[in-house]
Amino acid sequence: MKKTYKIDVDCANCANKMEQAAKETTGVKDAVVNFMTLKMNVEFEEGHDAKEVMKEVLRNCKKVEDDCEIFI
Amino acid sequence: MNKKQKKMLIRILISAALMAGFHFLPFTGYLRFAAYLIPYLVIGYDILIKAFKGIKNRQPFDESLLMAVATIGAIVIALTGDGDYTEAIAVMLFYQVGEWFQSYAVGKSRRNISDLMDIRPDYANIESDGKLEQVDPDEVEIGSVIVVQPGEKIPIDGIVVSGSSVLNTSALTGESLPRDASEGDEIISGCINMTGVLKIKTTKEFGESTVSKILDLVENASSRKSKSEEFITRFARIYTPAVVYSAIALAFLPPVIRTAVLGLPADWGTWVYRALTFLVISCPCALVISIPLSFFAGIGGASNAGVLVKGSNYMETLSRTKCVVFDKTGTLTQGVFEVNEVHHNEMDKEKLLEYAALAESASSHPISKSLQRAYGKEIGRSRVTDIREISGNGVTAKVDGKDVAAGNSRLMDTLGVKWIDCHHAGTIIHMAVDGKYAGHIVISDIEKPHAKKAVRALKDAGVEKTVMLTGDSRKVAQHVAMDLGIDEVHAELLPADKVSRVEELLEQRAGKGKVAFVGDGINDAPVLSRADIGIAMGAMGSDAAIEAADVVLMDDDPLKIAKAIRISRKCLRIVYENIWFAIGIKLVCLVLGAVGIANMWLAIFADVGVMIIAVLNAIRALFVKKL
Repeated sequence: MKKTYKIDVDCANCANKMEQAAKETTGVKDAVVNFMTLKMNVEFEEGHDAKEVMKEVLRNCKKVEDDCEIFI
Repeated sequence: MNKKQKKMLIRILISAALMAGFHFLPFTGYLRFAAYLIPYLVIGYDILIKAFKGIKNRQPFDESLLMAVATIGAIVIALTGDGDYTEAIAVMLFYQVGEWFQSYAVGKSRRNISDLMDIRPDYANIESDGKLEQVDPDEVEIGSVIVVQPGEKIPIDGIVVSGSSVLNTSALTGESLPRDASEGDEIISGCINMTGVLKIKTTKEFGESTVSKILDLVENASSRKSKSEEFITRFARIYTPAVVYSAIALAFLPPVIRTAVLGLPADWGTWVYRALTFLVISCPCALVISIPLSFFAGIGGASNAGVLVKGSNYMETLSRTKCVVFDKTGTLTQGVFEVNEVHHNEMDKEKLLEYAALAESASSHPISKSLQRAYGKEIGRSRVTDIREISGNGVTAKVDGKDVAAGNSRLMDTLGVKWIDCHHAGTIIHMAVDGKYAGHIVISDIEKPHAKKAVRALKDAGVEKTVMLTGDSRKVAQHVAMDLGIDEVHAELLPADKVSRVEELLEQRAGKGKVAFVGDGINDAPVLSRADIGIAMGAMGSDAAIEAADVVLMDDDPLKIAKAIRISRKCLRIVYENIWFAIGIKLVCLVLGAVGIANMWLAIFADVGVMIIAVLNAIRALFVKKL
């Protein structure tokens, strides 16, 4: 399953860090952060609840870049 | 400017004013330190907090931390030494100005590009009780009738049920050539209705309509990352830690060596200062922002010119295209057949055409259609009886009581009629009336008006080889290829043969640039996906083409192929410029910083200045009109 989320982040490198953090979250198969359109495409692994996974993704993203937001 | 940017601007101004003001006050010692701490904290408190959080979350190589360490270091040097706190504040100030400018420039270009691609209709009009009601296009069901007034965008694909108008397709195709629409015509969303009121019965949901598909495609295009972007991401991941470790080494090694080996004074201040300069230069932001921005701008510019590139990676491949393979029918030729000549006829030319048209009247084959068109008059079906289609060969029928046969040489052979070969290239329809040869009709596909120019433009754009593949006869293919100046022709191919031909070419040209295939998206999807890059043209409204291809030309003008290549070249040139420029300046500044020539100011330029220049350069990729 794939979903797209709107995000807010200020710098391009931070966006890359968010992408990395999202990818490393359990339940996420692949994630792509598009800094230009401020969107995050997340592909979830089977059997994971997207909402729960996204909460974790947001927490991990906050760790690497405090000043970011994902509109879940 | 958004709220965040406004707040930042105010902080920048206050801090700058305070710093300038304190310059005239005669503070000394700790009082001076305390005074200067105010503008420093005003401008940098968020950076300090972020740096602290970074350490807490074990993300130490954060640029906030670098700035915090660099400026606190500068303050410590000032406190113990000359009392010049302005440097620390200025570094923080300039850093924030740079960040502010970046945020502003990126936001602005993001908006510019989005505006450019903004073909999204905001509403659809539905008539209820004689009144027009504006509704969300998403809520319109298939089969509803929507009303589009002059000046409005067509929100959903559909069929005109009443009214006639002229449509402006420029938002989709980049061409401002207007197109007529009247009752019964299928029209696609994204066009602008220019003159009359149209009532349209929708055939698709909004989400499935052309306009949504295109928007989706372009918006997601920059999510498919190119090799350059991946390189930069990897580079940034190594670069920052590398610079930080070098900075640590630069701070400690030289003083230790000086005291232990050379017996000189340690001179800690100088080396720590140099190390701090290092840290300021270390942020990879200029690189990380400018590369995707260049691609984003390039893709935006291209889509404005009617060329949809489905991803940054395809932009990259397209720019390295050295061999272009064309499908003939529908790509270089119009796929519309026309009667060119009638040869060896004993009866009147018109009479012969009349017989041919009547005999073929039951068929919907493009060739039959062209005969009927050439005849030009109403076809009296009642004059024709006993129509027999002989698949792949032709037709026999009774017209006005006469036995008429129209078809290829094989048909003539089976009928035992002696036929005369034609030296013209084209499809030849031999005619026999009452068992006697009556001449032949030459039908050929017309080349597109820009086809010749397009092939030339490709050569000018640096394409080394052009190849044409077709299922048509060898004679026709060679004639077209000669005329257009195409290097290599393969004729009489079945769809599967086309794939293997392209595979052969891919093998031959391995290591010599990329191979592009251009088709019209109809029944050449396998070839489109097999080539390094598949270009579909005339795709307005054709879902199959939009799905299968990597690059979609919205109209069917072959000149756009060369344009697409030029756009991608420009985009990639800018990408490489930015990579070299940003890495180059940073490395130079690092070296200068290490030997003590570069001060903090130059370091700030290397960080923020380079980024701003790179961003401005990236925006150039947007301007593709004149290419």
